Formats: sequence, C-alpha cells, structure tokens
Amino acid sequence: MMGVKKIEKIAFSILFVSTIFVITPVMLIAAVILFRGVPAVSLEFLFSMPSNGMRAGGIFPAIVGTIYLTLGTALFSIPLGILAAVYLNEYAQKNWLTRVIEIAIINLAGVPSIVYGLFGLGLFVTFLGFGASILAGSMTLAIMTLPVIITATRESLSTIPNSFREVSFSLGASRWQTVRYVVLPNAIPGILTGTILGLSRAAGETAPILFTVAAFYLPRLPQSMYDQAMVLPYHIYILSTQVPNVSPKIQYGTVLTLVSIVFILNITASVIRSRFRKRKTW
Amino acid sequence: MKKYAELLIEKAIFLSGMASILFVVLIFIFLLKEGLSLFSDTKLLSFIFGRNWYPISDPPQFGILPLILGSFFVTLGAIVIAVPLGIASAVYIAEVAPVWLREILKSGIELLAAIPSIVLGFIGIVTLAPWLKNIFHLSSGLTALAGSIMLAFMAMPTIVSIVEDAIVSVPKSYKEGSVALGATRWQTIYRVILPAASSGILAAVMLGIGRVIGETMAVLMITGNAAVMPTTFLQPVRTLTATVAAEMGEAVSGSSHYYALFAIGIVLFVISFIINILADAFLHRKTK
Repeated sequence: MMGVKKIEKIAFSILFVSTIFVITPVMLIAAVILFRGVPAVSLEFLFSMPSNGMRAGGIFPAIVGTIYLTLGTALFSIPLGILAAVYLNEYAQKNWLTRVIEIAIINLAGVPSIVYGLFGLGLFVTFLGFGASILAGSMTLAIMTLPVIITATRESLSTIPNSFREVSFSLGASRWQTVRYVVLPNAIPGILTGTILGLSRAAGETAPILFTVAAFYLPRLPQSMYDQAMVLPYHIYILSTQVPNVSPKIQYGTVLTLVSIVFILNITASVIRSRFRKRKTW
Repeated sequence: MKKYAELLIEKAIFLSGMASILFVVLIFIFLLKEGLSLFSDTKLLSFIFGRNWYPISDPPQFGILPLILGSFFVTLGAIVIAVPLGIASAVYIAEVAPVWLREILKSGIELLAAIPSIVLGFIGIVTLAPWLKNIFHLSSGLTALAGSIMLAFMAMPTIVSIVEDAIVSVPKSYKEGSVALGATRWQTIYRVILPAASSGILAAVMLGIGRVIGETMAVLMITGNAAVMPTTFLQPVRTLTATVAAEMGEAVSGSSHYYALFAIGIVLFVISFIINILADAFLHRKTK
C-alpha cells in the first residue's frame, strides 16, 4: 500500500503538469506573435493604405476603423451600462423584476457573438435602415459589451460602504444626490477598469461586425458614421483565409497590431485597478 | 426645477435598468421574425433532423443535423480537454502553488482570456493545423480535432477562474477542520474542498460549454468547414456558428437561405439560454 504522503506527491505532480499544459501554449502563442510580428511592424506599415489587393502596403484604414468602432461602442454602452448598474445597486428592490433583469444580463453575456451579428443585421442594418455602417456596428457591439460594464460597475458600487450613503442621507441629500456626489465619484476607478476591459473585448470581436460594419477592402478612411469601415479583426480573417499569397509579414504585423491595442487597454485597466487599491482608505 | 431634473434622471436610471430585458426580448423577436419565415416551406423536423445542408442547390435542402453534430463534436472534444486540465490548474493555483508562482500563473491565464478569438484562429491555421496534418498523415489539418484543441484553450480561462473562485470561497473552517483531523493537504483537497466547491465547478463547466458552442471565428477558420455528417475527429466539420458566419455574406436578403441562417440563430439562442440558466442555477446554489 502506498503511503498517503506519496499519493499526495503524485497528485500534486499531476496538478503541476496540468498547469504546465495550460500555461505553455499561452507563452508559445505570445512568443510567436511577438517574434514574428515585431519585425513586420513599422510606421509605414501602420500609417499607409493597403494596396495591390491587400498583398502590399499597410493597415491604416483598419486601425482607424477599429478605433472609431471602439469609441462608438463606448459612446452607447458606457452611459447605459452605468445607469443600469446604478439602478440595480442603488434603487432596485430585491424582487422578481430585479431577478428578471439579472437573468437578462446573464443571458446577454452568454449569447453567442454571431447571434449578435444576426441581431444587428436584422435590427440596425435592415429594420432601422442604417445599412452596414459604423453606427450599426457600434450599437451591436455596445449591446454585447453592456453586461460586462453593468457587472463591473455594480461590483464597484457595492464596495462603497453603506455608511457613506447614510451620512449623505442624514445631511438631507436625496437618493440621486447621494448617488451623484457620494457613491459615483468613489466608484469611478472600478467603473473605469470594468469599462476598459469590456471595450478591449469589443475591439477584438469579429463575428458581430461581419455583416454590420466590416468592409472587405476599402483603402480609404471612413467619412461618416454611416460608412462601412475596414477593421483589424476582420482584416486578419480576410488576410488568413480569403486572399491567397499574402506575405506572413503582413499577417503577423496585423495580428500584433490588434493584440497590442487589446493589451494596451487591458494594461491600462489593471494600472487603474492597482492604483485604486493602494489609495483606498476605507 | 431641480426636483424636475431629478425625476427625469431617476426615470432614465429605471429605463436603463430595464434595457437588458428589452435587448434580450428584441434579440429573440428579430431572430424569430426572420427565422420563422423558413418554416412556411420547410418542416421543423426536416430542418433539425435533415442530413443534407445544400442551401443553394435547386431545390435547396436545409437540414442542420450535420451542423449540430459538427458543433457537438467540437464542443465534446474541447470539454474533454479543457475540463480536467482547467480544474487541475485551478486547484494547483488556488491550493498548491507558492504565492509568487500563483500571480504569474494567474496573469498567464488572464493573458489567454484577452487574446481575441480571431488571433487564436490565425495561430491555429499557421501552427496547429500543419502539426496535426503531419502527426496523423492527413490531407489537411483543418479538422474537428484542431477546433477542439483551440477551443479548449478558449474555454480554459473561464473554467479556471470560476473554479478558482469556487475553491477560494470554500469556508476556511472546512479546511482547518480537515487538517486538524490529520488529513493531508491532498486528502483535504479532494475529500473536502472539491466536494464543497462542486456547484461552482459545475457552473464553470456549463459556462465553458457555452463559450465553446458560441465561439465562431476560430471554428470557422480551423475546422475545415465541410457540412457533412461527422464520424471522426480527424475529419473537417462545420459548426452552427461557422455556417452563419460563412454564408450570411452571400445569402440574398429575404431568400430562404437567409431565413435558414436566422433559424440557426434561433437554435443557438435557445441552446445558450438553457446553458446560462443552468450555470446560474449552479452558481446560486453555491451561495446558499
């Protein structure tokens, strides 16, 4: 019979090896993207138009399109998400209606991204007549991002001690005044962290923008919010599956650019989070 | 005047709170609005159990059984890989790893969660598919297996972080009681902590399955996209999500092909709804 200590040793080794299996591919993927992407990215690549059917030139319109789309998403999802979280945390009673809202949020978070694409096509592109446009794409991504922003904001609001609210009420402030001048200002770092993470996810999404905004090849900058636009995630898809004989340099350069944008947003979020943790005094 | 402004903002807050319900209902209505038109000339049973997906032949055939099985194969493969590895690394991170290593591992998992699926799809095409092709001597590495492996990595961050949460939220007294009775750390983990965290683990598995079924771009790129009845993992398959993504661009608006793709959307919506409700039920049981 094996000793318990020996069994423990074996079990822990298996756990360790499993963890290695999870973490090694992550490191490999990161290394491949870095080592093959960095030599491919130059100022010229970032700031010039694609040419020769995307086999040459740069990716400037796709970068601009991604930035427009992410800003558009922020414009629609941040106010709605923050107000919804304020409702859930500061106003809502614990009743069936609140429960239904919570279930709705959980389901919004779990709906497959391609279903958002279909929904955006049905509602914004066709029914409301926006056409495939930055406007339709931003609204589709905004609804998809909403659950992330609501959940993060709500969590941030719920860490504000109740005594803050009680003091404000006792001074004669109304509920909205309390929210506006006491609760929200204290919750801002947490709200920012969650919002930026939500937007970084939106920036990397492809399926919801396939039929709502993404243009196959459009070597000029979008002129208005009713324009189609090239966007980085869709451009990667096109470069790796639809256009034959694209040089790996252009492919890896585009991949590194998208990953960098997503990571800059992620790192910004964690910097805000860690600063806030240090400064928090209650 | 001030009272009036306050009333207005409170109305806006209430409406924003309701917005999520509105959006879920709108998504469902718009899927139904376009998708149900298919069933004026295709029977529901021949849609779900039809073995042929030939949307542009004459007459078109809209049987999604090969697509359902394609999604099922890829999901099953991903879960078989991701669940044991995910739970094992969550246990390692939460209970075994030294503190310095814990932080590194956690950031690694966060890194994985942040990589867009289109990038994983691209990496799958340039690295994984050629490997599989050589190892198994296939004509193409773009197979259900490639999809399963790549999707396992997409489900992993979800599974690891939820299982880790569940383990950390097991009351400390359970662990202390077990250790006080002379149990080893490992005995405590698998006899006390894991059972106590079981609903969280189930929720993690459900959410992992949800992510895999709903994932679109990576499967579109690396599963080979053949809408045929799958029999092995070493064969190209086509999933429900990939079919919509690949074909909507060329489907004529208002054609039965277009309606059929929305009908697939209904199927996906219903599947994800059921999975999310189940996962939520498991998570709530934990808190009681």
